[in-house]
Amino acid sequence: MTTPLAGYLLVAALVFAIGLGGALTRRNAIIVLIGIELMLNAANLNLIAFWRYGPHPEALTGMMFAIFSIAVAAAEAAVGLGLVIAIYRQTNTTELDKIDRMKG
Amino acid sequence: MSPIFYLLAVVTLAGALATVLLKHLVHCALAVTVAFAGLALLFLQLDAQFVGFAQILVYIGAVAILVVFAILLTRGSDLPKHGVFSSTWALGLAIAAAVFAVLGWAVIASTHGIPQQDNVPSATAHDIGIALVGRYVLPLEILALLLTAATIGAVIVAMHEKGKQQ
Repeated sequence: MTTPLAGYLLVAALVFAIGLGGALTRRNAIIVLIGIELMLNAANLNLIAFWRYGPHPEALTGMMFAIFSIAVAAAEAAVGLGLVIAIYRQTNTTELDKIDRMKG
Repeated sequence: MSPIFYLLAVVTLAGALATVLLKHLVHCALAVTVAFAGLALLFLQLDAQFVGFAQILVYIGAVAILVVFAILLTRGSDLPKHGVFSSTWALGLAIAAAVFAVLGWAVIASTHGIPQQDNVPSATAHDIGIALVGRYVLPLEILALLLTAATIGAVIVAMHEKGKQQ
């Protein structure tokens, strides 16, 4: 009953929701970053699925978008984990509800 | 829908769920690697070979290793005393469920507008390379600059400040 594209979109929506849930509910900053990575991956799955089943796949637009998105996500992961390590060195914790120095 | 798709979807979703729910950070890193591998296989199932292998190289090869290094450097293998979920976990769960409800409703409600191309498109590494240095050469160069800046920035941010030690 469902088209193949709808199946892929539903899987991507589920992965996105799981990543969002992880980013919003976990205490540890590293898991929050992993959740963000999962959300980015779900977006990539959407892009590739639309490239595969949409019109004009020979233009490679969706695929290029996914490739650039993977590269930007890698840069984001490097900077994010570097920030986590820097914060750990300052406060000796990676638990986000203990890092409240900017609270007024 | 092929049975392989269902199998890969189950593996991916199980990996993602385990990432969010497991207590030990090292187990989370292993589970997210499974989820990344499942997504890479889904890309291969979608006839996007180049992106699938790039996903394996970048995510399983680099990001998973970075995560493991960050866990080791921050002593994240110790279990927290107050549980792994924050005090506002119910709100976060509700927001995630609401987002999934909206996305799922949008996908299911738009069955007639969804495109369905059945012939397999070809995207060889040759085609992608030509496109990358042709039409997409400016984004490629900007991306190279961004990656360089991000790598240097990450090193500087995480670098040991010698003056403040001791």
